[in-house]
Formats: sequence, structure tokens, C-alpha cells
Amino acid sequence: MRIKSALAAAAIVALAAACGSGGGGGDSSSSSGNEPVKLDFLSLAWQKESVAANKQIVDEWNKANPNIQVTYVQGSWDNVNDQLVTQFAGGTAPDVIHNDSPALAGFASDGYLLDLKDKLPAELKSDIPQAAWDTVTFDDGKGAQGVYGVPFLQESQVIIANKKLLDASGVRVPTPDQPWTWDEFSAAAKKMTKGGTYGVAWAMKSPVNKTLNLALNFGGTFFQTSGGKTTVKVGPEEREVLQRIHDQLYKDKSADPGALGQGTADPLPAFYDGKFAMLPAGVYLRQQVAEQAPEGFEWVTLPGPTGTSAQQGAVSQTLSISQDSEHVDEAMKFIAFFLNGANQAKLAKGDWLLPTSQKAADDPAMTTKENGWDVATASAKNLVVAPFLKVKGFDEWKTKVATPVLQQYFGNKITIDDAAAKLVEDGNEVLERYQR
Amino acid sequence: MRRADSSPVGIRVLQYVALAAFIVFLAFPLLWLLSTALKTPRELALTDPTWIPDNPTLANFSDAFGEQDLVGAAARSLVVALFSSVITVLVSLPAAYAMARYRSLVNRVAIGWVLVSQVFPFILIIIPLFMILRDIGLINTLPGLVAVHVTFTLPFALWMLQGYVRAVPRELEEAAAVDGATRLRSIASVVAPLLMPGVVATLLFAFISSWNEFMFALVILQDPGVMTLPLTLVRFTGPEGVARLGPLAAASLMATIPSLIFFAIIQRRLKSGLMAGAVKG
Repeated sequence: MRIKSALAAAAIVALAAACGSGGGGGDSSSSSGNEPVKLDFLSLAWQKESVAANKQIVDEWNKANPNIQVTYVQGSWDNVNDQLVTQFAGGTAPDVIHNDSPALAGFASDGYLLDLKDKLPAELKSDIPQAAWDTVTFDDGKGAQGVYGVPFLQESQVIIANKKLLDASGVRVPTPDQPWTWDEFSAAAKKMTKGGTYGVAWAMKSPVNKTLNLALNFGGTFFQTSGGKTTVKVGPEEREVLQRIHDQLYKDKSADPGALGQGTADPLPAFYDGKFAMLPAGVYLRQQVAEQAPEGFEWVTLPGPTGTSAQQGAVSQTLSISQDSEHVDEAMKFIAFFLNGANQAKLAKGDWLLPTSQKAADDPAMTTKENGWDVATASAKNLVVAPFLKVKGFDEWKTKVATPVLQQYFGNKITIDDAAAKLVEDGNEVLERYQR
Repeated sequence: MRRADSSPVGIRVLQYVALAAFIVFLAFPLLWLLSTALKTPRELALTDPTWIPDNPTLANFSDAFGEQDLVGAAARSLVVALFSSVITVLVSLPAAYAMARYRSLVNRVAIGWVLVSQVFPFILIIIPLFMILRDIGLINTLPGLVAVHVTFTLPFALWMLQGYVRAVPRELEEAAAVDGATRLRSIASVVAPLLMPGVVATLLFAFISSWNEFMFALVILQDPGVMTLPLTLVRFTGPEGVARLGPLAAASLMATIPSLIFFAIIQRRLKSGLMAGAVKG
């Protein structure tokens, strides 16, 4: 009985305290007179170093700008869009929003994000190359193009390799200036396949973005627009990378089919055990390798292979401003500070991704040989806007059509002709609905 | 009646083996969580995972507590879960009694409606619900979350409790009435003690539902100062299911402790209720 009473009393006190502190929803828009402007900043940083860098930059801003105080709110990549849909509809979205460029198109055309085109400070605009700005330029839903975020971190595909197995194979070690061609990559994978070791592991649990980004190596765009209508296209250019990966799996037998169902980081334990020699992956995977690799395990970062070009599709992490924000100018000032060259270098280092800022890319931390930063940063020059980024209905095509079809194809359940037919026919049905 | 003690030794051994296997089955996730929480990143990446960490470390705990306000979030979750579960039981108990004892068309329709409400996809009403809460000033507040949790736990709690009420023989109340007890008196002195296991079970159900609830908390709570534990745990995960396993396991392990304590306190009531009243075996 006493326990029950104590629990009840504690709960009442706690709830009362929580009620007192919980009504923060309207605070950010309630500045007047001498009160500082309050901005909510929704950040999706999740790596330890990245969270620390975010908090440090926000603290620096708050100290230097007593009249514009930023509240750091940590969200999560897994559910940020569910959260934002509700908050946008309810008019309570944070002022400054961290997201990635594919998510911006829908929010922009629904009118939830502010067009930053005329608000960007010249210094910030010129520090970020046009190719990165292209990843955040979308239709506003009324036919005009707007800039709906500031792109700041990008990911390229590299190859993380077991140095001992690489050296033992005797193959030429690729450099950013002289990367492997896909033929050389396949030959190297074959050479490294022996004694229970596969040359390469393709983790294809989520195969779409990876293969579409790499397809640009041969000019494969997967989508074409004619007369204002976008359709799916799987011609020779699009088939090239698909076929080459399939050949590694079933013709050369230099790739382990067992890794196909794995997520990006899942093959790492077997990689440390020497069961795979190379892992094609995003640059961010280096963080886990650096943190987890056993003592004495040597690894290197190699540039991605090239086809008719070294181009890869890119999406960006972005900072946007909510259309409902009452402090747009202050939010823009904060973004310009948060994403200046020095700060972008800190953020990129924390997330093991590539900064869009040219000043940040020159930072010694971004060009050191340690942990393959030199190779990773050099790969940024090959990034172009991912062709799928501006396709309305891409998300549904990706989930309902492309993911199962590519999984079936890489699982050797259907031929490339079957895969191409499904991607086009089923895909066009999906896209059709978004273009009525 | 055969006493359990008189079972042949072989049967008794098998019973204990089955019991031990069941306990291991139940405890496995917790033990694995503990083992993961004590491992270094390198050990977490081994192809042959170990049960007992080779180099146990508390770094995951210090990272988890250093980076996130786990204690504050747990306190808020506890408050929300306690209020949600108590209010749910207080509201559903009289309604359940009425549904079980007063049989009419309205009652049958009400029970049907309760069941139908369980198959409704809640995600569809999140935006309207959010707007209603915003208009009455309950966005970003724990009372707002409590109100939502109570609303969505209530139908099933009602369904559970009316089943328990039905199980109490009506004749007991009639006997009490013959002895001169009013309806309220017979409910308080005869029915209530027999309902205790049901009340406790419903309380536990409501508590766990609220303690674990994520989606409503995600959209209702925006200020870091009011966020509950599930919202804090998810911060250790990144895109495409990649997670910081060590700190996540450490934080999750700590997150189970308050509910374990709550269970430990309340499970005695569950047992004592089973032994009380006129229908004990």
C-alpha cells in the first residue's frame, strides 16, 4: 500500500513537472521585444562523432548569437518523414530540418519547404558546386523550379579491400587518377577468389540506389522524359552494371551469392575473417571498418570502378527551412554558419561522408591518407545528380517494382530480359499515376 | 486428487528440464542484450559471436548515458505509462462491468464496436489527431500523450476486463444481495477481490503498451525535454537499419529495468488475486 502511495505521489509530482516544462511547441515562434528568437533544429546525426560535432557547432552559434538561440532536437533517419508529414500538416514543424534530397521533392511540391533560391548568402552559394545544388532543385508543384535545401554531405561508392589479399593477388592497385575499369575490377575479383575466399561481396538487401548510382558508369539513367512524360528505360546502358554484377555472382563465381540478402554493414564480420576480399560500399562504411577491424587487419579504400565514365549518381544530406517558420532570415543565417567550410569538414569527418563545400574538401582532415580519406574525397568529383532524384513516383517504383525485381535478378531467379521487362512495364504503370 | 509431489522421478526431472528450457527461452533476449552491451565494437563484429565478452567494457553504458538523457526519458516514460495504465483501468472497469452484466442490444453493439476499433489502422488518424491535440494545447506535453495512450488502450482493456467480469459467477452477487448487500457493496466486497487478477493483467497490458509506444510519441512530442524512452533509443540507429549496437544494447537494457521493477511489485497482486474470493480451487 505504501509503495502504491509513493508511486502515485511520485507520478503526480513528475507529471506536474513535465506539464510545466512541456509546452514548448509554441516557444519557437513567440519572440517579441528583447526576447531572443528561438529556432528548433531537427538533426538526424547519429554517429557519436557526428552528434558531438553537431552539438558543438550549435553551442558555438548560441554563444555567439545570444539573440538567436537554437534548440538542438535529435531525430532519426528511420522515421523522420513520418514525423515531418504530421508536423508539416499540423504547422508545428521545426524551423531548420535535416533530411536527404530524395525526401525534399515531395515536401517541396506540397509547399511545406521554403524556396531558398533568393535567400542564399553569396559565399555559401559559391562554396558549393552546382552539381550539388542540382540535387536540391525541384519543382514547386506549380511548374517553377526552386532550391529547397542546402546540400552538405554526399556519399560516393568506393571499394573497401583487404590489403593483404589485394597485395597477394598481384593486381594493379587502382588510384583516384587511374581507377580500375569494370573489366579490371572483375579480373581482380576473380584473382582474389580462392581457398574459401570470394573476391567480392555485394550486399544487396537494398539494391536499387546502389545499382542505379553505379549504372551511370555506363550512362544508364533508368528514366527518360519525353514530351513532359517520364518513363522507365532499361536499355544496353542500364543493363551493363546489372549484367556485370550478375556475372561476378554466377559466371565468374567471384562474388558470394550468400551476401546478396545482407545489409551494407552485414558482410563486415566475414570481411575481417578474410572470407571476402572486397566490399563495394558507400564511403561511410569506412567508419565501421576503422572502429571494428581486428588488431593487425589492414584495409584500404579503393576508388569505384569506371565504365565509359567514372560518374556516379549522388544524393545529398540537406538542411531546409520550414515554410511555416516565422524566423526565416535567422534560420538562413544559422544554416550559413552551420555549413561554412570549417564546420562542414567537422560534420563530414563525424559522419565519414563527403562535404559539398569546396573549402571543407581542402581541409587536411579530408585529404589525409589515413582511413582512405584521400580516395573518398577525390571520388566526390565524379558525383552528379542521381537521375532518379526528380522522378515523381520513384519511391513507389523503388519499393514495389525495382527492389523485388533486382533481388530476383541478382538471386538468379529471372533473366535480365525478364527483369528489364518488369522494371519497364510495371514501373510505367506506377509512374503513370503520378503524371495524371 | 493426485499431488504433484507424487509424480514419478522421471516425470519430475522432465518437468524441471522443460521449466529450465522455458526460462532460458524467456531470458535469452535479456542475456544477449547484456552480453552485447558489454562488448567492444570489435567483438560485436566477430563471425562467431561469444556469450561472455572476452574484454568486457562499460564504454557502451558511458556512451549511452553520456550522449542521451536516458534517465530523464525513462522517468517521463514511467510517468506516462503509470498514468495511462491507471486511468485506463479506472475508466474501463465500470464500463466492463456494465457490458458484462447488463445484456442488451446496445451492449452487443458496443462490444462489436470495441472489436472493430481494434482493426482500424491508427496511422490513418494520426494527422487529424495531431491537429485536435494542437488545437487544445496538448501537443508537446505528456498529458497529451497520456490521453492518446488511454484512448487507444481502452478498447482492448475493456474487452479484457469484461471477460474477467463474466467469469465471476452472478450467483455470488445474488447471494450478497440476499444477505442485504447493496449492488455497490457487493461489487466492492465480492466482485472486486475476484477481479483483482484481471485488473492487474489489464494494468500490465496498458503499462507495457504505453511504455513501448513509439509512433504517437514521435509525432506528439517535439521538445527534447519531454521525449520518452523509445524516442531516445531510436537515436542510436542510422539509415537503412544500421545501428550502434553497443550503446543501443546498453540503453535498451537500462530501459527494461523500470518495467521489470513494476512487474516485480505488481505480480504479487496477480497471484494473491487468483487465491482470493469464493472461487478459489
